[in-house]
Amino acid sequence: MNGGTSITKQAVDEWLHGEYPELEEDLEEYHRFNHLKYIFIVACVIVAILTAGYALSIGEYNISFLQTYELLWQHLTGSVPEDMSIQDYVVWTLRSPRVLGGLFAGAALSVGGVMMQGLLKNPLADTYTTGISSGASLGATLAICAGFTVIAGQYSLVINAFLFSLIPMAVILSVSKLKSASVTTIIMAGIAVMYLFNAVTSLLKIWAESAALSAVFEWSVGDLTGLKWEEVAVMGMVVIPGLIILYLMSEKLNAMTMGDEQARSLGINVETFRLVSLLTTSLVTAAVVCFTGLIGFIGLVCPHIVRMFIGSDNRLLLPASAAFGAAFLLICDVIGRVIIAPSTLQVGIITSFIGGPVFLYLIIKQRRTGW
Amino acid sequence: MATSIIELDKVECGYGEHTVLKDISFTVDEPGYICVIGPNGVGKSTLIRVITGLIDVKSGTVRINDKPLSDYSRKEQARIIGYVPVMSSDFNIMSVLDTVLIGRYVRQKWRTTQADIDVAYKALRAMEIEGLANKRFNELSAGQRQKVSLARGLIQEPQILMLDEPTANLDVRHQIYVSSFLKELASRTSMTVFTVSHDLNLAAKYADTVVVMKKPGILYGIGTPKEMITKEMIEEVYEVDCDITDDRGTPHVVLQEVLGREEYRTAI
Repeated sequence: MNGGTSITKQAVDEWLHGEYPELEEDLEEYHRFNHLKYIFIVACVIVAILTAGYALSIGEYNISFLQTYELLWQHLTGSVPEDMSIQDYVVWTLRSPRVLGGLFAGAALSVGGVMMQGLLKNPLADTYTTGISSGASLGATLAICAGFTVIAGQYSLVINAFLFSLIPMAVILSVSKLKSASVTTIIMAGIAVMYLFNAVTSLLKIWAESAALSAVFEWSVGDLTGLKWEEVAVMGMVVIPGLIILYLMSEKLNAMTMGDEQARSLGINVETFRLVSLLTTSLVTAAVVCFTGLIGFIGLVCPHIVRMFIGSDNRLLLPASAAFGAAFLLICDVIGRVIIAPSTLQVGIITSFIGGPVFLYLIIKQRRTGW
Repeated sequence: MATSIIELDKVECGYGEHTVLKDISFTVDEPGYICVIGPNGVGKSTLIRVITGLIDVKSGTVRINDKPLSDYSRKEQARIIGYVPVMSSDFNIMSVLDTVLIGRYVRQKWRTTQADIDVAYKALRAMEIEGLANKRFNELSAGQRQKVSLARGLIQEPQILMLDEPTANLDVRHQIYVSSFLKELASRTSMTVFTVSHDLNLAAKYADTVVVMKKPGILYGIGTPKEMITKEMIEEVYEVDCDITDDRGTPHVVLQEVLGREEYRTAI
């Protein structure tokens, strides 16, 4: 019997019955890294909570940092003292929707980015790759410039943006269905629809009055200003269940990274998974974008930054990206509010201003972006 | 008790209009190491895909454990048949251990348990790559990736493990190690290892059964290495002149000249 055979006999023995005394020691690094991932998530959540407190405290009516938490608690338990009713109004009614909306938007856009990059196997994919931004822009531009709205009333612009943002997705899914949904088909169909929608938007802008043009431009730069409780409630009703659904699919997303055939061989219905996850991601993104306008950068780069710290296991990458995106967007909003106070800079501008250089620095420092 | 593990009955399949496999019928009754050989483009990988249920048959039937493959749910199929393709995705940026754990998807209920992690580590050890556990998959060499994919197939613990060219990217030492490991595993468990290979001597040395495919996507024959790996088969199927010697009871192929250039050219 040759040596090779006895070695493999022993290897099969170990595989079938082996107990390794050194197993715990060998897996120590893996477990240590896993613990670090949880620490990263907790750290992001703490930063988000602290930033939220600070964001609630700043503004023309100054409230101390710690008092904001006290006021929130008192409001939630219905024990706001009489003499604090103004502060309660400022924190709860005026500022909380903006902060909560920021947290929802940051989490949703960041998780959307993870899903798109994972599903489309493309590091340049983000929440807008399937044409959501072009659809929402067209919807808003139609409402502002042409006065065309699907539904009349107070929320006509929001509903227009929401409904139009889903049209590119519907087109992409129909094309994919016709041509057995490959990743390349989805990306190419997304680009085609995006160009078509952008052309119509440009045409409307050329014909528009300058006031309307200015309104369209303002809408297109993402902003959290003026968010109301009822808007944030609607956003939350889509974002929270959407993120839970996406989290539940994270294990399947891991399998998808091995390629469609391997995922299929593991019992995953690849086409259905892709359809459900793209649809959920689109709905979650649309629910944010229709209220805030286009906030760039978060969906593209937050997932990459998080990958640099915790790796690419989607089971942890999704919650970590949600926490990081929420904290990051809120920090950007706070900066936008304080940097040229009493005026504010839209969060969409700040995210790109801060995110771009930070991302470049991390790429140069780490020499790998996760892809 | 099933009378056959894998049974193909007049199977015809392909991609779109193009038919790759024509009228394929054979049966595998015993667990063991089965190796499919044949020249490029005869449908070896397609054969593996159709048995795994990744592509549908145009006509005929694939039966696994006497039951038509189409009667199994996707999950049931995945518990019975594991599949490791020849190419691995460049987009996988997870750690090696997490990549292997994907194979556990069909076995675990909700979360990965410590037991799953232990099994994944054992699979890495079995493939002699436990030192790569924390490395990123996309940073590995082609050979290392192949062994990670094999480890992923192992922890799926399927009854039938389908491997498309499992030794394609490996050096000679690891080709022998992997082939010998799989043979040993098949002989000591009820697992059927079904592989595709271009290496006739590895097939001759390790396979219990050899399936020979020939142009245009038809079955040349199925049998023991001694029955199938013959001078006549190699001349007819591969159009290569060769000598066959005896290597401790198994045929050993010494390849010589290429035969019949015109006949062998792919028809336009």
